Amino acid sequence: MTTATVWVVVLAASAVCFALKLAGHLVPEHWLADERVARTAALVTAALLAALVTVQTVGDGQALVVDARLPAVGVAAVALALRAPFILVVVLAAVTAAGLRALGWG
Amino acid sequence: MTRPDDVPHPGADAAPGHDRALDAEVDDVVETAVEDEVRAAVRQAVSVSVATGLYGISFGALSVVAGLDVAQTMALSLLMFSGGSQFALIGVVGAGGAAGAAVATAGFLGVRNALYGAQLGPLLALRSWHKVLAAQFTIDESTAVATAQRSRRAVRAGFWWTGVGIFVLWNAMTLVGALAGDALGDPRAWGLDAAAAAAFLGLLWPRLAARAMQLTAAAAVVVAAVLVPLAPGGVPVLAAAGVAIVVGQVDARRRPAPGPRPGADPGEERS
Repeated sequence: MTTATVWVVVLAASAVCFALKLAGHLVPEHWLADERVARTAALVTAALLAALVTVQTVGDGQALVVDARLPAVGVAAVALALRAPFILVVVLAAVTAAGLRALGWG
Repeated sequence: MTRPDDVPHPGADAAPGHDRALDAEVDDVVETAVEDEVRAAVRQAVSVSVATGLYGISFGALSVVAGLDVAQTMALSLLMFSGGSQFALIGVVGAGGAAGAAVATAGFLGVRNALYGAQLGPLLALRSWHKVLAAQFTIDESTAVATAQRSRRAVRAGFWWTGVGIFVLWNAMTLVGALAGDALGDPRAWGLDAAAAAAFLGLLWPRLAARAMQLTAAAAVVVAAVLVPLAPGGVPVLAAAGVAIVVGQVDARRRPAPGPRPGADPGEERS
């Protein structure tokens, strides 16, 4: 993407996100209180995040690749299971991947 | 608060009678309880703000690594101000995805903020232009802190302190991260690509308590992995949202019909 295209993406996506936030405050309460809507939105959020984890862990352009990112995300999962704070989880993943690459793998 | 005996007492300057003393005592107790709750809400807001603000550093660094410049990175934290959507946008841009896919992915991840707004509206009971301001601060954390309070004053204190606190720290730390990211050089040598994946995992983790969420997440992983070699950038992630919508419909059909239920019990279990 060119710099101008990235600006368009940044501003358009920000406008969409703000409109969604504002819509929540303005629509009649019962509208979004429908349990089906709330459940589906929660599922969509989980699915998007899981897909983003996948693409960031094993995606490399249009290819699937196993490299230092996979064990790093494994370490992050263990840290999350042990209730580590978010920032520590992110740092541990970075250190794991950086360490493996320094050793010449991935 | 209004009580049946809450009527003006004649001769306010007269010596306090027994009832007035009791009234004053009750008012004091209620007032103290509310003030304690407000103070607790502010304390909670500050600790949540510090923890969340800190990972603004990772967002700033990863955004620059994904190819955005410092100004674009700051625009996201100032204007979009929603962690999941921001990470998603830079993820799609970094992976070489199409502009439309980047906007759509960020937007889909922002849908939950609309549900938070609907939940917060009646709790905050704000005037119209205050709602516009409140909308920008409507995120996971401010909603979680606000909805955990009981009195309206504590709900408002929790919401504004958390929302504004995170906004200030998130933006300050984004700038620190963006400037650091610029100076780092090769992001892979620092493991920043793995950090991005871990950041998404960290956002996902607290949502995986329910079985339906685990199954949906697992299905999303499979769909995304299968589509990476087949579809252009951004599509594998959007396709996973489609999976969730299908699961949501199937799941809803297996449950009792929603909507007005004549015999609905207010204490009915909701999962």
